[in-house]
Amino acid sequence: MAMQLTHHPRVALVTGAGRGIGKAIAERLASHGHTVICVSKSETCVSVANDILAKGLKAKAIQVDVSDATAVAKACEQINAEFGAVEILVNNAGITRDKLVMAMSEQDWNDVITTNLSSAFFWVKGLVRPMTKKRWGRIISISSVTGVQGNAGQANYAAAKAGLHGLTMTLARELAGRSITANAVAPGFITTDMTGELSEEIKQKILGVIPLGRFGTTTDIAAMVDFLASEEGGYITGQVFSVDGGMAI
Amino acid sequence: MPENIEKRVTDIIVKQLSVNPEQVTASAGFQTDLKADSLDLVEIIMAFEDEFGISSIPEDKAASMKTVGDAIEFIKANATK
Repeated sequence: MAMQLTHHPRVALVTGAGRGIGKAIAERLASHGHTVICVSKSETCVSVANDILAKGLKAKAIQVDVSDATAVAKACEQINAEFGAVEILVNNAGITRDKLVMAMSEQDWNDVITTNLSSAFFWVKGLVRPMTKKRWGRIISISSVTGVQGNAGQANYAAAKAGLHGLTMTLARELAGRSITANAVAPGFITTDMTGELSEEIKQKILGVIPLGRFGTTTDIAAMVDFLASEEGGYITGQVFSVDGGMAI
Repeated sequence: MPENIEKRVTDIIVKQLSVNPEQVTASAGFQTDLKADSLDLVEIIMAFEDEFGISSIPEDKAASMKTVGDAIEFIKANATK
């Protein structure tokens, strides 16, 4: 008999929900009856939310630049007023500005740290108070295998993702008393629009370091988020889960 | 002048900390007598802000409110509703 995860309908928010991993997570959470607030900087979140609504499920699109602390704070105020509290927060938004450290500009560094790391703090700050009142919550941050083992050309990205791990462990300790868990999921090489642009040669090279011998899918990541967000995931907190086909073993 | 401040403060504390109203005396310490943890304190401060129309209680003020009496005194001086 297949085990069904328990999901009571709640309000969820996914950043970077316009495509790729974030979109898959938003769709998966919506399939359980959660109301999913889809956030992206571009208008891609609107079509994702509309697709969810078209299936008779619940969603709302909010277009906001997650690196803008003031804009995020304002969005959180509106969300809290409209929905009461977000109970499942998925920090997924991220960008890359890959360069070797020797060639990396201060702007490359700051852009990635702000969008990939500080943004998670902005959302937590804006949403956590009502969440504590609910006495139930899930804060799930999408990290990367790069944050676990580093990657040449991604000093900024690795630092931001490893930073999410520190944030996650601390949130887990601070919020445990309110039954709010905080975890991170560290994807390896996942097939998305972004990675589709890589040359065949580079793809073969990457496959060589993945023990399971295939790239991951956005569904592989959504499945882990699904579990952590479920009632059954409630005794797990402060952890980083690699979902990477064994890359970081 | 806002009314019934003591009663409204007591109600908030009773609800937040699940204590008996009789325990909520002016000299009762939030952490010492009423066993509030750090998150409880943040939530109580937030509830005071909402209830009494105080826009934002500064961190240092919040930290100096050790007893129920301290809170009532601060609220009496700052409440707008």
